[in-house]
Amino acid sequence: MASRLLNSIRGPSMTQPPRVESMQGSWEHFPHEADIGVRGIGPTKEAAFEGAGLALTAVITDLDAVAPAQAVSIACEAPDEELLLVDWLNALVYEMATRKMLFSRFAVRFNGHSLHATAWGEPIEIARHQPAVEVKGATYTELSVKQDEQGRWIAQCVVDV
Amino acid sequence: MDLNLLKRRGRDEWHIAPRGKMLVPGVIYATEDLIHDMDEKVYEQVTNVAMLPGIVQASYAMPDAHWGYGFPIGGVAAFDPDLGGVISAGGVGFDISCGVRLLRTGLTAEDIQPVKELLAEALFHRIPAGVGSTGKVHLDRHEMDAMLTGGAKWAVGKGYGAHEDLEFIEEHGCMAGAKPENVSDHAKKRQQDEMGTLGSGNHYLEVQRVTQVFDTEAASVFGVRESDIVVSIHCGSRGLGHQIGTEFLKSMVTSAARHHIDLPDRELACAPINSEVGQEYLGAMRAGINCALANRQIVTHLVREVFADILRQATLSLLYDVSHNTCKVEEHDINGTPTRLFVHRKGATRAFGPGHPDIPPSLRAVGQPVLIGGTMGTASYVLVGTKESMSLAYGSACHGAGRSMSRHHALRQWHGRDVVKELAARGILIRSPSMRGVAEEAPGAYKDVSEVVDAADDAKLARKVARLEPLVCVKG
Repeated sequence: MASRLLNSIRGPSMTQPPRVESMQGSWEHFPHEADIGVRGIGPTKEAAFEGAGLALTAVITDLDAVAPAQAVSIACEAPDEELLLVDWLNALVYEMATRKMLFSRFAVRFNGHSLHATAWGEPIEIARHQPAVEVKGATYTELSVKQDEQGRWIAQCVVDV
Repeated sequence: MDLNLLKRRGRDEWHIAPRGKMLVPGVIYATEDLIHDMDEKVYEQVTNVAMLPGIVQASYAMPDAHWGYGFPIGGVAAFDPDLGGVISAGGVGFDISCGVRLLRTGLTAEDIQPVKELLAEALFHRIPAGVGSTGKVHLDRHEMDAMLTGGAKWAVGKGYGAHEDLEFIEEHGCMAGAKPENVSDHAKKRQQDEMGTLGSGNHYLEVQRVTQVFDTEAASVFGVRESDIVVSIHCGSRGLGHQIGTEFLKSMVTSAARHHIDLPDRELACAPINSEVGQEYLGAMRAGINCALANRQIVTHLVREVFADILRQATLSLLYDVSHNTCKVEEHDINGTPTRLFVHRKGATRAFGPGHPDIPPSLRAVGQPVLIGGTMGTASYVLVGTKESMSLAYGSACHGAGRSMSRHHALRQWHGRDVVKELAARGILIRSPSMRGVAEEAPGAYKDVSEVVDAADDAKLARKVARLEPLVCVKG
């Protein structure tokens, strides 16, 4: 496990310099043999969840290609914060699938065990976005929501593609 | 994987002795080389599955086993409801009843050659593939429920294919016991535009040439000869199945404590078969199986339309349709007693041996066709179930090559356009809406399918019948 995390790949390094956005947190992918891990990192739990949302979109396409033009409201609820992360990502998967949209900006806030968020994005355009793969769902594999030694929040799990 | 963790019981059979909370041993079927390359996570996951209540005989892994979610991909496990056995949404997976079907065409490679480009373009334009693609079949609420109850049988009733097709689909094209009322509105909404679509990831549609026949008797019964052209379709239950998986994983995780189930890994989310959640999932999962069967049936119809336009002499008949993410009720011999079991196959193919009543009468004497998908640059295989397989792992075999490299690594290693160019030079035409998708699915990112198939053959899980090589591949 440790070696896998050390082996993680900074998402933005694929196509662009590392990006750190204080409002949304940063993101990275980590490897899974058949699929891919998404990880959000930020000064707050909200920022880490927002970062995980960015990492999710980056599984599918280049984030820079997605204009945050339309807003979609999302709410979910779960018994603990790890299940809430899975619910959050699955809510995004659902909105992407049914609205045929991609999202590139997120604002998350918590209220106890529930999450309220706005996701900004645009309708998918196959030729321009070149979507590599659709995400089937977020899994409980490598799932964790925690603070590291520096106090940064990390929210991560593997997604099935 | 560290070989010292295992006890070798045969050339291709490796055992994990029960320890700790394991109720049964773990058994992995693979060559020494494949075991050596397998992730340690496969060991951990095989072991975890062996801890689930009501598991019978052993927790099995096929030669293509790799790190999955809860269950390994390539995992097989059966549970006895009378022993408190469970049903697991994680043990079926998100893409319920994802599978492969193979169509004969009555054509040979010579017939295809002059129109290969035309055929590739037509298939790419007619069969929706990739992220965000939508089908032409849109179902209202009533039709959605009818589809979820009727599966491929519903599709045939709507004019997609012929009645004869149904005989060559597991469950005769219609999974009994489906409960559309157990499928959420979210799942149905996710599916409303996705009927008759391939999806993305490792899903594909291929025109293939039979390049080698290993077992002439079985090949003759299956109606395939060297140089024949066949069509393979690999796809599943699309958004509906994914949503059912997502929702029941959560309800099984949150109800585990109530059912006194101590989950070694949350992804192993399960519920007693004889519980409310277990029964609800069973009805929904069976509806998901029907969705996949209907989906492959509609795609088949589209493929037939394309061939009818371009190669009028083609007659596309269904050789067989296998599902590789399922939980099915089957009767198996346990210590001399026929026992009703809930058999989970996660990334594993049913491979019933000769004489089994669930095999179509015309194929029954040789065994069930087992269709193993390869990559767009290598090969696929037709195998046949063996008598031995029934006692090795409930009549199961591998399902594909399995990745050897993460998507990220593949993306760093290859460019989609180069992969397309390189394969075109070898006579393989790739059509895909996404070049990034092609790079992530590059043949080099997968294990050698031949090695996996040889291991399955050697372990007697299934016997090799024919090798198929791609000429045209539509990638999602």
